Amino acid sequence: MSEAVVLNLVLWLPVVGALLIPLLPRERDAPVYTLAFAVMLVQLLLVIWLFVRFESGVSGLQFATQIPWIAAWGVAYHIGLDGLNLLLVLLTALLGPLVVAGAVRTITHSVKLFYAMLLVLQFAMLGTFLAQNLFLFYLFWEAMLIPMFLIIGIWGGERRIYATVKFVLYTAFGSIFMLVAVIYLGLAAHAAQGAPSFAFSDLYALELALPVQTLLLLAFTLAFLIKIPSIPLHTWLPDAHVEAPSPGSVMLAGVLLKMGAYGFLKLGLPMLPEAAKLFTPVLMSLAVASIIYGALLAWVQDDIKKIVAYSSISHMGYVMLGLLSYELLGIQGAIMQMVSHGLISAGLFFMVGMLYERTHHRELAVFGGLAKWMPVYALFFMLLALASVGLPTTSGFTGEFLVLLGAFYGAWPAFVQGESHYALILASLAVLGVILGALYMLRLVRRLLFGPAQAPGGQPADLSRRERMILATLVLAIFTLGIYPKPFLHKTEQAALDYQRLLLEPTPAQEGL
Amino acid sequence: MTFELPDFSLAAAELWLLTLGCALLMLAVFVSAQRHTLLYGLSQFTLAGALGWVWWSAPESRSLTFNHHYVADDLATLLKSAVLLLTAVSLIYTRSYLERRPHLPRAEFYVLILFAVLGMFIMISAHSLLTLYLGLELLALCLYALVALNREHPPALEAAMKFFVLGALASGLLLYGMSIVYGLTGTLELHTLAAHLSDPASLPDPGSLTHLAWGFALTFLLVGLAFKLGAVPFHAWVPDVYEGAMTPVTLFIGSVSKLAALALVLRLLIEGLGALAVDWQGMLMILAVLSLTLGNLAAIAQHNLKRMLAYSTIAHIGFVTLALFAATPAGYHAALFYILVYALTAAGAFGVLLALSGEHEAQTLDDLQGLNHHHPWLAFLMLVLMASMAGLPPLLGFYAKLIVLQALLDQGHLALALYAVIFSVIGAFYYLRVIKRMYFDTPTHAATPRPARDLTLALSLNGLLLIALGLLPGLLLALTHAVF
Repeated sequence: MSEAVVLNLVLWLPVVGALLIPLLPRERDAPVYTLAFAVMLVQLLLVIWLFVRFESGVSGLQFATQIPWIAAWGVAYHIGLDGLNLLLVLLTALLGPLVVAGAVRTITHSVKLFYAMLLVLQFAMLGTFLAQNLFLFYLFWEAMLIPMFLIIGIWGGERRIYATVKFVLYTAFGSIFMLVAVIYLGLAAHAAQGAPSFAFSDLYALELALPVQTLLLLAFTLAFLIKIPSIPLHTWLPDAHVEAPSPGSVMLAGVLLKMGAYGFLKLGLPMLPEAAKLFTPVLMSLAVASIIYGALLAWVQDDIKKIVAYSSISHMGYVMLGLLSYELLGIQGAIMQMVSHGLISAGLFFMVGMLYERTHHRELAVFGGLAKWMPVYALFFMLLALASVGLPTTSGFTGEFLVLLGAFYGAWPAFVQGESHYALILASLAVLGVILGALYMLRLVRRLLFGPAQAPGGQPADLSRRERMILATLVLAIFTLGIYPKPFLHKTEQAALDYQRLLLEPTPAQEGL
Repeated sequence: MTFELPDFSLAAAELWLLTLGCALLMLAVFVSAQRHTLLYGLSQFTLAGALGWVWWSAPESRSLTFNHHYVADDLATLLKSAVLLLTAVSLIYTRSYLERRPHLPRAEFYVLILFAVLGMFIMISAHSLLTLYLGLELLALCLYALVALNREHPPALEAAMKFFVLGALASGLLLYGMSIVYGLTGTLELHTLAAHLSDPASLPDPGSLTHLAWGFALTFLLVGLAFKLGAVPFHAWVPDVYEGAMTPVTLFIGSVSKLAALALVLRLLIEGLGALAVDWQGMLMILAVLSLTLGNLAAIAQHNLKRMLAYSTIAHIGFVTLALFAATPAGYHAALFYILVYALTAAGAFGVLLALSGEHEAQTLDDLQGLNHHHPWLAFLMLVLMASMAGLPPLLGFYAKLIVLQALLDQGHLALALYAVIFSVIGAFYYLRVIKRMYFDTPTHAATPRPARDLTLALSLNGLLLIALGLLPGLLLALTHAVF
């Protein structure tokens, strides 16, 4: 079986699963989640196989499929793996079975609908990463909306409807401008090449005037900054996270938040290089502001879920910082940080969910000393918290360290030549985020796990075997990336190099200056 | 002047509809209204036969007959097929509704529907101002009567009265505009009119008296058209009629009749007065912008679903007008595509309401509350329909919006395109509210009986078609593209 077929199988398996779910017997829930779990597990195994087969040191797409789809508009069904999306696909596939396993106790009504939506969401997320055609990318991007809308709205907390409507309107508002930009790019490609095309490779080759690029970049930036989310467009995130059921939060933090950064990586920067360079200081400032502001907000929250949610804003700021450094290390670091944050925040949201299922409380004030009552829970919580802080040997360290290194490398030449101190100042401020991260995480750990033991409703039971398995998988992945990231970095290196060349290559527009 | 025998075969479908419509009218005198199945079956047979005739008589190339008053072309074949299919589907949706309400005059319902279809056919194939007007009036009179059909229901009578008075006024304005055009050009035929205008010498000089007369003519024509389309500020009848009429009639007005309204605009403005595009474009833009704004904003405030869909229609008409405003073949193509998609989606949405109507007529958001608990499949279909109306990919409604935006951006109308997309996000809010009521809220009333099997089947096909064509939009695009 060829790899391209397997890749298509990976993408479409969840759809097959979602279509099979309504056929299952109505009375019992067990077959539903068994099916969903089986689909996700098979998908994960196939992705791992592809990961192993993925050749490092080779430029371009691997295992690609390209079939004309809407010929009149030059839209093709074009998917493939490259170094940029490889790790993100792996992350998505890894979280799939874990989310299904984690949802078994959390989701108690409309079970079929939930797993169907989860599978559709998985399909849309993988599709967004795999798409090599802007139109296809947009379709998958928007297809994530309805499943997430229902997941938060049906199985969420008390203010779920407010949260989910806010989430959808924010996202839809951002992506509608992106749609206009997508159409514009399609028309521009048509004009430039004489044939309609939405292929990324064709769009990269476009040479657009700077004012046009700037407008397009604004449209894309709005959509992406909302998704990341970066300040000042982050206010939907705490609401969505707090109200979402914990499997929903895991998906949201683990994968959905990566979409914005991936959008910048795949579209914004390479397609509109001059405008992107022009706006780099602004975007970098927003990234650093997100790092610090998110961390400060996380520091003062009382709701555990909100702490993790705000820490996400902070951590995603590093991703942007790494991308905008235009350095090999920074770009690789950004990808690593995306994966690392996906694993760590998923783990933390799982743990908050597990605590909530036992006690129906999330306020930090009512808990204390859980280490005495739930030693295994405390152990996993400690490990995840330390990874979040960026302790060496965890993936958090690899990601943040590479990003900061890249940021300093990028800032240094301008500083030495006395041209600009701005980038260096921003990079230094970003380091501050690491310290703030330690502050809020250690505060959370101290108040939750240590001190006199208390919890509403008496002593909660420690983790079950199912829960331990979920967390152990995540922790294992976190330490693998922390201790031995080489195979992962190696697979993405060539793509990052090509990508950097694509960004830094002087375009004719610049040469003319 | 020589007399030539018209080529009747080109109008075979119209003749068939006329004959069978009259036959049904006669039959209704002798047959008890209780024999519903007979009337229903005969109507469906008539529609199916007409479809056969439409395809059989479709000419290879554009042909004129009846002294150039009648045209048969690809546009006509496409729109007529769509009208017939959607009418047939509407009748399937309506059957059990009528069966539950023996007090409604059934035979008259079917006869009026068939004659309305005939009126639409004449509009679609009209090639002169006279035939256009004839078809329009036949359709309009049938619609007035259909709205008033439920005569024990006061709001229906009020709606019918309003519809009739305003409709007559609009027809008068349209007729007045046509008479000025006739006065200026001395012709009723659309192609002679177009030929007259395509001669640069005959184009009115700006500022001249003739130009002023053309301005008057276009204004009257556009007011009449805007009324028939339901564009703001000539929309006042739309919400009342949608709400007052019984749901089957609303379904017919809201979905099928919009196809004929577009045909009217395409024939008159584009085929006839295309050379004056510069003069009517501005007016269309105002209509489009106002419709998008008012339609989307007013829909948010509605609790009655039929009223909400009325305002949403107005918003969709705004999109269609925007596509026509582009005044390029791509724009006309977009308008045609949009209206087909809209008619299909609207038919499904009213179909869901009909499926939920037992003794009580389902028409408010409360009737949909918690639908997912009672009828998960219906709720899913409604989800698809609403998401398609909101323009969420990969459903068909998304492509309709996309192709309109493409036509606009191609002409460099960036601001209008942005305006349209911003209002479609605002529009998404009230469609999402329907989804919210169905899925997030718990039901407050008992389950309605299971809808009839043929209704469920047709509705499923309707909903799934939006997904299937969303995945393969090339099929419908190729179909509509062949027309222009």
